[in-house]
Amino acid sequence: MAIAIQQAPAPVPRRIRLSRRIISAAGWAIAGTCLVVLSVMMVWILGVVFVRGVGALNLPLFTTITQGTGGGLLNAIEGTFVLSAGALLLSVPLGVASGIYVSEYRFSQWATVIRFLADVLVGVPSIVVGYFGYVALVEWGGWNFSVAAGSIALAIICLPYICRTTELALRQVSNDLRDAAYSLGATDRRVILGVCLPAAVPAILTGVLLALAVSVGETAPLLYTAGWSNYMWDGHLTHSPIGYLTYAIWTFINEPFASANALAYAAAFLVTAFVLVINIMARFVLDRRARR
Amino acid sequence: MKFKVWLGVVAGVLPAALVAILLFLAVYSWPAMHFNGPGFVVRDVWNLGNLYADPVTVHGTQIQPGASYGILFLIVGTLLSTLIALLLAVPVGVGAAIFLAEAVPDHLRMWISFFVELLMAIPSVVFGLWGYVVVIPFLGRHLFPFLAHTVGKAIPFFAGPTGSGYGLLTAGVVLALMIVPIIVATLRDALVNQPTSMREAALALGATRLEAMWRVTLPGARKTLIGATFLALGRALGETMAVLMVSGNALNYLPHNIYDPISTMAAFIVSQLDSALQDPTGLAVRSLAEIALVLSIISILVNAAARLILVVWGNVQRTMAA
Repeated sequence: MAIAIQQAPAPVPRRIRLSRRIISAAGWAIAGTCLVVLSVMMVWILGVVFVRGVGALNLPLFTTITQGTGGGLLNAIEGTFVLSAGALLLSVPLGVASGIYVSEYRFSQWATVIRFLADVLVGVPSIVVGYFGYVALVEWGGWNFSVAAGSIALAIICLPYICRTTELALRQVSNDLRDAAYSLGATDRRVILGVCLPAAVPAILTGVLLALAVSVGETAPLLYTAGWSNYMWDGHLTHSPIGYLTYAIWTFINEPFASANALAYAAAFLVTAFVLVINIMARFVLDRRARR
Repeated sequence: MKFKVWLGVVAGVLPAALVAILLFLAVYSWPAMHFNGPGFVVRDVWNLGNLYADPVTVHGTQIQPGASYGILFLIVGTLLSTLIALLLAVPVGVGAAIFLAEAVPDHLRMWISFFVELLMAIPSVVFGLWGYVVVIPFLGRHLFPFLAHTVGKAIPFFAGPTGSGYGLLTAGVVLALMIVPIIVATLRDALVNQPTSMREAALALGATRLEAMWRVTLPGARKTLIGATFLALGRALGETMAVLMVSGNALNYLPHNIYDPISTMAAFIVSQLDSALQDPTGLAVRSLAEIALVLSIISILVNAAARLILVVWGNVQRTMAA
């Protein structure tokens, strides 16, 4: 009973079948094309905005106010800053406080409710917020088109962003820090304000900057709350409309005059450049410091 | 203890804002809801009535004679433009995410991802400007006639007339570009973070890298993809400025082909408020508030679904995108 020792078959060099290799190559080509298409679109948009925008830039743009379909953008630049500053003034304290609550008392039911509703509020379209501002503040509140109405509408849009970035920033803070502070007898207030918050400041600041970028780029919530004005802001919080850059983009591109179109391109350049600089800063400067 | 209570009260501003938005819109649009009835969403007419006549009272509501409000054309326009945007954005987004996650070297990935995902940061009105100045002439003069002559022969919805370039397909294309970074960013993250053991097992069994990606890694990120698609859907439904500038702002018109002008609920609120204010009974403005209410409820539901899928079902870390 000899056991037949079977010779192991000589290893055949296994090659992946040609059809599979072709399909794989085609698949990578398609996937790569998708990425190239997106990059080309991005370059296209930036190219249009930057080439035409830079071509429309000149000194009077920054020193004179809008006159009909020409003039400068000083009123709109000022308005964008006033409205965004107002929005941040309202939303940063409230948003950071909400974020602290949601992070530090994360197991309370109220925190769960706020966290969920913050996510819901992000999903409410900006035009709905704007229309709410029109109905509630401009009409019912009797404020007319005004800085206050526009800033509050923008603040509602910024609030959930800041709440969430604050929450995520505080969650990055090590629990050892909290335990150490508590073991030294510190109260909740001391632990949060004295220990956790300072450690989370760079990340929170990143969120605030991104919220600023969002508020500078928004149009829909302002159309029927801030209105539009050709003049500089008169300092009144209510009853006086104010200009802003995104309105200039929207309106002046539709005018049949070259001077108006130039204003629109210049405004688009200013808004886009500002938003990009903030995003790049947030990504490469603050984010890195926050991670360290 | 006091500190916690105090913080909790301040944090209450967030829920209060949401409740205030919904409450104000509901109360303000109540007379309109009463007059329009449930037929609001299936009637295809937006008519302020005869603004020069004296108001008449119908069912206890003061209206201009002949006034009738229905938003079927807006619902159709919103759904179709969003559908086109998703049909374009999901495949391209998946392709780009796969390439970024698997084919791009690690040190380049951060830079290329950042560049592509910067699309998310560009303001809506700038997309609108780009669409208005560049995309509309290009599509209207070159791509649409070409599509009508080729695809249009087989699918009637693609047949001409191709119009001026304002319309459904243009809105869909611009919307697609605005929502695609949401899909790329979320999916790329999920693909990179998939456990490597499964992928290595597939490779060891002789799968090519594409097969491993398509059969193993991508199915693992299925829930993330569905959640990201819902997020993108929510964004597209509520998008205002870009759509306003490229859609042609149709009124009381259902698109007969893919090039026809449309309007969406969000864009219509902006384009019609000025003329609605001409209605002395105020019913037109209240009907716009009803649109805003309908739109916000739809958006809230879609977003809630997205977060449930991503966070609860898909176990995705909460980030800025999700």
